[in-house]
Amino acid sequence: MTTPQTAAPLLTIRDLTVEFPGRFETFTAVRDVDLEIRRGDILGLVGESGAGKSTIGSAVMGLIDAPGRLASGRIELDGQRIDNLPPEAMRKIRGKRVSMIFQDPLTSLNPLYTIEKQLVETIRVHSRLGAAEARRRAVALLEDVGIRDADRRIGQYPHQFSGGMRQRVVIALVLATDPELIIADEPTTALDVSVQAQILQLIRRLASERDVGVLLVTHDMGVIAETTTRVAVMYRGRVVETGKTRQIIEAPRHEYTRSLLGAVPRADLKLERFPRVDFIEGSGQAPAVDFDIRTHWLGKGGGARGATDPGKPLLEMSGVGMRFVTRHSILPSARRYFDAVQDFNLSIGDGEVVGLVGESGSGKSTVARVLAGLYRPSSGRVTFAGKPLVDAAGHSAPMALRQQIQMIFQDPYSSLNPRMRVDQIVGEPLIQYRLASDAAERARIVADLLDLVGLGTAAGRKYPHEFSGGQRQRISIARALASRPRLLICDEPTSALDVSIQAQILNLLKDLQEWLGLTMLFISHDLPVVRQMCDRIAVMRNGQICEVSPADRLFTAPADAYTRELLDLMPSLHAPA
Amino acid sequence: MARPELLRNFRSDLLYRFLTSPFILVTTAVAGLLIVAALLAPWIAPQNPFDPSALDLMNSMIPPMWQDGGDARFLLGTDDQGRDLLSAILYGARTSIVVGFIAVGVAVVVGVTLGLIAGYRGGVVDVLIMRIVDVQMTFPAIMVALLVDGISRSLLPRDQHDRLALFVIILALSLSIWPQVARTVRASTMVEKSREYVQAVRVMGRPPVVILFRHIMPNVLGPVLVIATINLGVAVLGEATLSFLGVGMPATQPSLGTLIRIGNNYLFSGERWIVLFPGLTLALLVMSVNLFGDWLRDALDPKLR
Repeated sequence: MTTPQTAAPLLTIRDLTVEFPGRFETFTAVRDVDLEIRRGDILGLVGESGAGKSTIGSAVMGLIDAPGRLASGRIELDGQRIDNLPPEAMRKIRGKRVSMIFQDPLTSLNPLYTIEKQLVETIRVHSRLGAAEARRRAVALLEDVGIRDADRRIGQYPHQFSGGMRQRVVIALVLATDPELIIADEPTTALDVSVQAQILQLIRRLASERDVGVLLVTHDMGVIAETTTRVAVMYRGRVVETGKTRQIIEAPRHEYTRSLLGAVPRADLKLERFPRVDFIEGSGQAPAVDFDIRTHWLGKGGGARGATDPGKPLLEMSGVGMRFVTRHSILPSARRYFDAVQDFNLSIGDGEVVGLVGESGSGKSTVARVLAGLYRPSSGRVTFAGKPLVDAAGHSAPMALRQQIQMIFQDPYSSLNPRMRVDQIVGEPLIQYRLASDAAERARIVADLLDLVGLGTAAGRKYPHEFSGGQRQRISIARALASRPRLLICDEPTSALDVSIQAQILNLLKDLQEWLGLTMLFISHDLPVVRQMCDRIAVMRNGQICEVSPADRLFTAPADAYTRELLDLMPSLHAPA
Repeated sequence: MARPELLRNFRSDLLYRFLTSPFILVTTAVAGLLIVAALLAPWIAPQNPFDPSALDLMNSMIPPMWQDGGDARFLLGTDDQGRDLLSAILYGARTSIVVGFIAVGVAVVVGVTLGLIAGYRGGVVDVLIMRIVDVQMTFPAIMVALLVDGISRSLLPRDQHDRLALFVIILALSLSIWPQVARTVRASTMVEKSREYVQAVRVMGRPPVVILFRHIMPNVLGPVLVIATINLGVAVLGEATLSFLGVGMPATQPSLGTLIRIGNNYLFSGERWIVLFPGLTLALLVMSVNLFGDWLRDALDPKLR
């Protein structure tokens, strides 16, 4: 189908304002937004969480739930106004002419039905095809979205498909009704990088082949650069800038767009700090610039600090293996095991930042947990500062050694106890390791730590739920620092955060690393992030290390085939679209 | 400033939802009034039904004051021994409520502790505790109570037994309630255990007791609160049932159950008020407490918001 672009746009949004009246005040999620999508176009809608991106998607679908309402404006599909249609008429448009792809492919498919049942049913509801004809159509659709052996796989259940394949099935389901407009709400956020690239390519191909308009909602500038033809940048409910993708990425006009682009970690260049993150809301106050490790509390009690032989690594893992029992049995022969980590060797020098990358399930987090003392390895041993930390025989380290290894977790929403005040959370290590002589001193240290991570002393009297994801991650960092650690394990510390917030947190970690001379193990699946943070990078796959190289060399001259593959799949702002 | 902070921490919307629902306001008012009146019985009751000198057999079987032959001194009439029914109900409800609260309290303490340990430790400890729970759950509450009562009767001399009747009932009721609590807490503990804040304190090296009671416990108490409220109604009802069957409180210490049992004898001879008013009180009390528990469960469930 190569129809010339029709003059009239497929979707027009004019002056759209969406409000959610609340108990205390009315929240305006979207304000005076104008957008246009033509057939065959992919419009990217980018912004931080809470900027109102998804609300626009829901408004177009007519899915704004009460008490939310469209306060003003109009939405037109192919010249016909759809925002004021009665529910029954809107229901006919929804699914038939406008379809939606959601973030999580697992929850958008019914786990109790086979793919065949779900697809064929959708096709038959929207067209008058017979059962056999509908099935043929379903198989063709699955083939079209790149599922091999579709005739057999159509009979399977959703759980038998991998994450990426499931998202393909969802796309097939969406295409089953031949929609004119597809709204994709963060369609690749839940997927690994390698799978993300394929799905984006699929969406791009389908848009041009089938001549449908796509509204792609995402917070990831890389995804925008790879996929879309035009972009609208949203900031606090308003569209601050619209234009051709190339033009916006190369010559952004609005201050916010510039800061958003500056926050995207680059794979091709290591920057000292991420620029211009201050524009972003909630960046907090600047941390104390006059920080001096010699006089600061964090520098005190350094008896253990620097006690290592400078020639020797601070941390050494040799032959570490972690085996989980997947089927318990009294008979040893009937037991089943899963080796999450096998023969893992890595040493980290004092003050060094080492990155650990790999896809989900590669065993990165297991390594972190072994180091943090949450798991006991089933083989091998770990030494820290020349002393044994853990080994398979069950030897565990004294408290003084444990204190020097702390961890920052991935999910800022579950890593803080919701029932405790922030100062209690941050002060707990002080109690455990008896680092403060009395309550007053403890309060002083906690206040100082909160200042240091840019939250301000007043934050201590609040509860975690009063903070945003980025701020919670700062609390988490303050808690880790309160033990005065030498090694900080960061397990995907920013993967749950928006790109712009991520930039702030990474800047903070860099500052702290410099000031305190911290040693870090930085775990991530995001290669550009690792590049910005680390001196050396280890690549993991299936529980084993593929390659350990200095950061620059890994990106310019990867030694391992798998590393090269990972590098090729990275979405990039500067790739030819 | 401290108060609104406190309220916000305790589910910011709870108080708001409470104050904006007339239904739950009425329910709570009824339950609250009954409980307060019962607890204040010695001070507000017109007569002390335990004091033999205040009783006069001449006053027996007087109908409520609005019926023919009623007496203004006895608002709800009197029973076969000439006791003022209103006073007896107040004193009786007091026993019922005290038994209910203590039984539920004991069950919650035991259930929460064992549930936390089972959920956190896992393995053999978990299997052991949960099998006890399973076995306990296969016995109906009444059967457990009859069993405990029977054993205590055969072990203790009669006068001892009467004095200890209250504790026997409490023991019997707690035994049948704690498994539910333990099960719920165990399930929530297993969820909380895997959350990162627990791992963070483990990395910190905090001892298990601190992790369990300071970190995990406050996060699993929400459902327990609901189970406790609903079981308060169940316990009151259980006590009444046992006393009605004659294995609960001795006749000298009236509870709602004993009053209903006495009234039952006169149900067909026309003195219906003796069974009617204690029965109504019991129904009202259990219903209002249960409705409050139901509402609390819905209000605390994020899925129903």
